[in-house]
Amino acid sequence: MRQTASIISTYTADVSGVCSALFELGGMTVMHDASGCNSTYNTHDEPRWYDTDSLVFLSGLSELEAVMGDDEKFIGDVAEAARELHPAFIALAGTPIPMVIGTDFAALAALIQQRTGIPTFGFATNGMHSYLSGASQAFATLAERLVQEPRERRKELSVNLLGVTPLDFSVGPMVGSLRRRLEAEGIAVASCWAMGDSLENICRAGEATVNLVVSWCGLAAARVLRRRFGTPYVVGAPVGEAFTHVLAEEIRAAARDGQDRLPLTKRPPAGPGDLTLIAESVTGGSLAAAMALEQGKRVRLVCPLETEDGFLLPGDVRARDEVELEPLFKEAGGIIADPLYRPLCPPEVPFYELPHEAFSGRIYRRDIQDFIDHIPFFEEKRKRS
Amino acid sequence: MLTRVNGPVDDTGAAVAIKDASFPAPFASGLEYAAPARGTWNIVHVGMLIPQAHQIFVCAQGCLRGVVLTAAEMGAQERFSTVAIEEHNVLEGDLEELLVDGVTDILRRLPKRPPAVLIYTSCIHHFLACDLPLVYQRLGERFPEVDFVDCYMNPIMRKSGLTPDQLMRRQLYAALKPRPREERTVGILGNCFPLEESSELMRMLRGGGWTVRDIHYCRSYAEYQRLAGCETFLTTFPAARAGGEALAQRLGREHLYLPGCWGYDEIGRNLDTLAEALELPREEDGEAVERAEEALAAAHRIIGQCPVVIDYTATARPLGLARLLLAHGFQVRTVYADSFSGEEKEDFLWLQAHAPELTLRPTVQVKMRLLPRQRPEKTLAIGQKAAYFTASRFFVNLVEGGGLYGYDGVRRMAQLMLDAYLHERDTRTLIQVKGLGCGCCV
Repeated sequence: MRQTASIISTYTADVSGVCSALFELGGMTVMHDASGCNSTYNTHDEPRWYDTDSLVFLSGLSELEAVMGDDEKFIGDVAEAARELHPAFIALAGTPIPMVIGTDFAALAALIQQRTGIPTFGFATNGMHSYLSGASQAFATLAERLVQEPRERRKELSVNLLGVTPLDFSVGPMVGSLRRRLEAEGIAVASCWAMGDSLENICRAGEATVNLVVSWCGLAAARVLRRRFGTPYVVGAPVGEAFTHVLAEEIRAAARDGQDRLPLTKRPPAGPGDLTLIAESVTGGSLAAAMALEQGKRVRLVCPLETEDGFLLPGDVRARDEVELEPLFKEAGGIIADPLYRPLCPPEVPFYELPHEAFSGRIYRRDIQDFIDHIPFFEEKRKRS
Repeated sequence: MLTRVNGPVDDTGAAVAIKDASFPAPFASGLEYAAPARGTWNIVHVGMLIPQAHQIFVCAQGCLRGVVLTAAEMGAQERFSTVAIEEHNVLEGDLEELLVDGVTDILRRLPKRPPAVLIYTSCIHHFLACDLPLVYQRLGERFPEVDFVDCYMNPIMRKSGLTPDQLMRRQLYAALKPRPREERTVGILGNCFPLEESSELMRMLRGGGWTVRDIHYCRSYAEYQRLAGCETFLTTFPAARAGGEALAQRLGREHLYLPGCWGYDEIGRNLDTLAEALELPREEDGEAVERAEEALAAAHRIIGQCPVVIDYTATARPLGLARLLLAHGFQVRTVYADSFSGEEKEDFLWLQAHAPELTLRPTVQVKMRLLPRQRPEKTLAIGQKAAYFTASRFFVNLVEGGGLYGYDGVRRMAQLMLDAYLHERDTRTLIQVKGLGCGCCV
């Protein structure tokens, strides 16, 4: 891997993932950085910034503080802001220089919690991983630290939606569609991590019957909740009617036998010559499965982000930079991807736009399709022989 | 409508009457908030001013994200590339190799070799003592036909010497190669907007037979190189001054710093300096002052007692502008700025004496996230942050002075204020556009 991009974009980084995951929950998230991470986050990664007064701030780390290892300025500033603003919790997120100087975020969090009496979490993000990594750490910490022991399970079949951020689902109708599709199958949504829901409700997530991981960043939280409360999890997003029905059956089965399930891999394998989808693995795999069920398509998934080996089928590929992606584009029967991937697509290969906020930010936000509600139709150029 | 996820706060520590304020930093430093006003230029926008040049940013994914999307929103992706630093590079200490090989890989894959490449290194290179001279030597050997320019995205150094903004405005001219002096040519450096042709400064230069060169007028890299032939360099924006001095010293030329300002005395002194240095005829200021006064009076007749608020992104001299407007009867209520340049000291003292209740407010202090923005009365804002913090739809959409200069700048500001007062704008849409004037597809 050459780590170069001559023309394509880059995905939202881990530090923004932490902020995005916790944005609506009434906490205070502090990026420990000199400058830049905040404007990147709130310009390109956070569509709710203008209209929601969430407390996301920057520490303003200076060269002198970094060289001298002066953590006291950071601790004092965070404690002072917390005293003024009374957040429900405090989250600290690291960036490249704190990593280089070996900042101990767990220790900083413990000191700040001691000083403020407010639950405080430290995330050793460093801006070198994707948003999925940061959001995953944030959700897992909520599951570990804030979700309460349930007094009893909910009577009705219910799920927590784990891994919902605008970076994968934007701020349009998609989150509502997630809920609606499940409710149409008779499955209640106990909580949504973490859009359109409250911290109080999320703290009661232990009462749900099953956890539904709708993007990779919800997986770690699902595993924590399994360990703590024995709640099984199912991996897949309710894309389209047919796949949602499959997913619902798996949720019912998981509720019955307590086993984890991976329905997003219930699709035919694909390879060169087939439609190729560049996407996050859970949403992408679910869309591919839905296209197979409803349109008879074989879709090869190319995942440029963190995922699990078990989420991909033989023929699917992990590829991150242009050098790895270019040959996959050339052999594809059609590319379905964010528009900022288009420059890599040879002219003879059809290119279908599927804007992804985590890649192109706000540029194509108005064109983001609610593929949960309606599966777009893409026609491949060449059929497999 | 604003969604509240937190409780209300008071404005203690986030507002101070100027009579009680300290200079140049009226507010305690702490955690920082960023308001969603995007009009100021960043280092990508500034670097794109060099025609035909290509930018390569070398940093962590998190740092690349903002700049790559800046370029994409400008529609300039084909002039922009990245090399991502990963954890293993930090652990193995191979930043030099990554830089040389990464830039080489990109240049070999570009459809056309650019004449100049701006390489932006980051805080990590500084902290890990990356051997940048070695890197540039190697790249120069591999690509002798390319001018490599060392640029910096290292905000951690913003309090250590030149800020990244100052550095960028200096490095914007680092690729200029010495060439023979061209008689009666002057280069204006480091502005995001060319100075208005109607300004006294431009009219004096043109009228005196001087050729004015500015990177904004350059359409090719060859034209850009002609800047090096200028006899004299001018800077008018504070962040450009260090770059102007450095270039003049390197090429053995004169440099004049004639800062944009709002006070008639200082404007006059700047024009005197220009006339003396370039041996230009010095017109009487009477008519220009009269035109400025007429415009201010005309604006005041309409705007009347409407509250006016100003922020530091509209002009490098927000206190100077507040002083000018207060002296002409406008009801300036608030100036939004986190600190002031030393150039503002005289205006600060004047305002303490003559407008002691003028409120100063920060833009990054954490309470600014929560304090109410809606005002009970119509408010005229000058600058995007002022418009945001007052939820005003009547605002002058201007950053970095917008090319206004001199008495003519005062006249035009009065006209812009009147226009803003009379015409409601879509503040939410306008202020979220990055790099005002750079072109944005959002």
